[in-house]
Amino acid sequence: VADFFQQVVAGLGSGAIYAALALALVLIHRATGVINFAQGEMAMFTTYICWALITNNGWSYWPAFVATLVIAFVLGFGIQRVVIQPVAGASVLTVVIMTIGLVLVFNGLAPLIWSAEIRAFPSPFPNETWQIGSVSISQQDVGTFAVVLVLVTLLWAFFQFTKTGLALRASALNPEASRLVGVRVGWMLAIGWGLAAVLGAVAGILSAPTLFLEPNMMQATLIYAFAAAVLGGIDSPFGAVAGGVILGVGLNLIGEYVDFVGADLRLPMALLIILVVLLVRPAGLFGKPVQRRV
Amino acid sequence: VKRSDGIRFATFGLAAVAVFLLPRFISDFRAQQLAYVGIYFIALIGLNLLTGITGQISLGHGAFMLIGGYTTAILISHQEPPLELLGHQFTGDMRDIWTIPLAGLLAGVIGFLFGFPALRLHGLYLALATFAVAVATPAIVRKYAGFTGGGGGINFFDAEGRTKSEITTDPVTFEQVESPIEILGISIPSFNEWLYYLCWTIALVLFGVAWLLLRGRLGRSLRAVRDSELAAASSGVDLARYKTLAFGISAFYAGVAGSLLAIATTFVNPETFPITLSIFLLVGVVVGGLGSLWPLVFGAVFIQFMQNEWAQSAENAIPDFIPVLGDIDTDSAGAPAVAFGVVLILIMLAFPGGAAGLIRTVRGLATRGYDRVR
Repeated sequence: VADFFQQVVAGLGSGAIYAALALALVLIHRATGVINFAQGEMAMFTTYICWALITNNGWSYWPAFVATLVIAFVLGFGIQRVVIQPVAGASVLTVVIMTIGLVLVFNGLAPLIWSAEIRAFPSPFPNETWQIGSVSISQQDVGTFAVVLVLVTLLWAFFQFTKTGLALRASALNPEASRLVGVRVGWMLAIGWGLAAVLGAVAGILSAPTLFLEPNMMQATLIYAFAAAVLGGIDSPFGAVAGGVILGVGLNLIGEYVDFVGADLRLPMALLIILVVLLVRPAGLFGKPVQRRV
Repeated sequence: VKRSDGIRFATFGLAAVAVFLLPRFISDFRAQQLAYVGIYFIALIGLNLLTGITGQISLGHGAFMLIGGYTTAILISHQEPPLELLGHQFTGDMRDIWTIPLAGLLAGVIGFLFGFPALRLHGLYLALATFAVAVATPAIVRKYAGFTGGGGGINFFDAEGRTKSEITTDPVTFEQVESPIEILGISIPSFNEWLYYLCWTIALVLFGVAWLLLRGRLGRSLRAVRDSELAAASSGVDLARYKTLAFGISAFYAGVAGSLLAIATTFVNPETFPITLSIFLLVGVVVGGLGSLWPLVFGAVFIQFMQNEWAQSAENAIPDFIPVLGDIDTDSAGAPAVAFGVVLILIMLAFPGGAAGLIRTVRGLATRGYDRVR
């Protein structure tokens, strides 16, 4: 039983990271009806910026962290304005191709600027454990979980209690009507992309100490985030967070107790989850079933 | 036969003759590069049939190429101990060219079967599912190492079944001499040239097949599915049948291309078919033009040369800028990806029709000019 709880606690840390990235995907999907395939690469790129600030420019951790989030917001905002807005009315295929283009750009820029060498990334949390009974809790995991929790709460409050948050929700729900009542929908979508990039940056920075910094570091995480978002319901922010945590814990338990899966088949397991959820319950656990208009 | 078809047949014949005479005029190295162009051309025809013509996004076509490539590698190679699946041992040593249709068929059947769950996935969700397939496949290949050679892959350079030319040292001049390959009584001077003829013969045949398939009932039905599923269904197009068929045919093309890629490299491992391959294929289709057929050659040329030569020259042109970020690493592998990405985005913004669209525009202008003169 102690071992079981051990695995659950360890899963919460990675689950929080999946949750953050899944929430980023959901934000963009709600606002623009697009899945941003470049979310992981953008997260990786901003993590490199954070690393460059700390290592090359001698910043200390938390100022670099905050500065990176600001840069990430500007980056996401700019990308929506420059690359995504021009194809806003186009087919799904066109928009998907645009985000694939972004995947290639960021995946190539990072090694071009910083080389593809695998690098260590500092962690703000001590590499120690707390002992509760026979369960040892890594402070890394707790810290990661706490940071994501704070961020998600802030985001929720922003959407719920501020005027901009209301405008954001309105333009996602009904862009035409929002435009009529004076909401600048284009800017709102760009803010959505900016916030998503911030969430991605947090996911990247928090996972870098364990995954190590390299240009492909977020690829697997992105697939897990897809799985989390689909599991929770691609239009449900709460579902994305819940899905991320469920997935993090679930994969840890399956990896530990199902010999066949082990560590090798974690990624195909995520694929399986995506397929099964899409086929059995496309709206996910917490989403509302959507009627497609014909 | 329509009159325009006569012109098309003639053009195709001329192009075929040109393709077969070309190796007389180019170096061995270029012949090898162009063989790869042929391979990408085949894969692009397959992907475009699915994505451009039927409207089903696939971000995972590299996985079908992987199936084709591994089929060929497993059938040709002679491993010690032999590769094994469910008690059956694969001793290999099959002749390489006979594995190509098998590779295509196996990939085609798997593609057809994948078409069934894909029926329930629309647009974005299909993109998501196929992307996940492409990312997850290498992990599955690594897991079944006894059958696939795992991460180390399968090397079949020395296998009996492989068509190869002997390289010997000339006793007088001490130069490396490559012996000719005999096929049907014709002697082909080098392996690369043989590869070129192999890839382009298959590419031309499959191109012809695709053209014939798409000009009739099947093509119309597939395009109808793309333009409006509802309208297609109400006009009597069986959606399930045509979508799964499109997946099957498309995967067959990808399987053949993967098989040829394996024959060309004489080696497969999961990294031979990375996720970037799937993405590059999509870029190639966009460069050629979604829904087009022969302009996909431009997409294939783009994939081959951008990966290797053009990216390098583009990279050398980048000055060391943004000093805050540290030194620009000019030897990195990132340049092709950046170039691919930027070109992809620019094409989608400026020429959504790709090369095919550009050709149409130019032709339209030319015809209009001709009409005015008349």
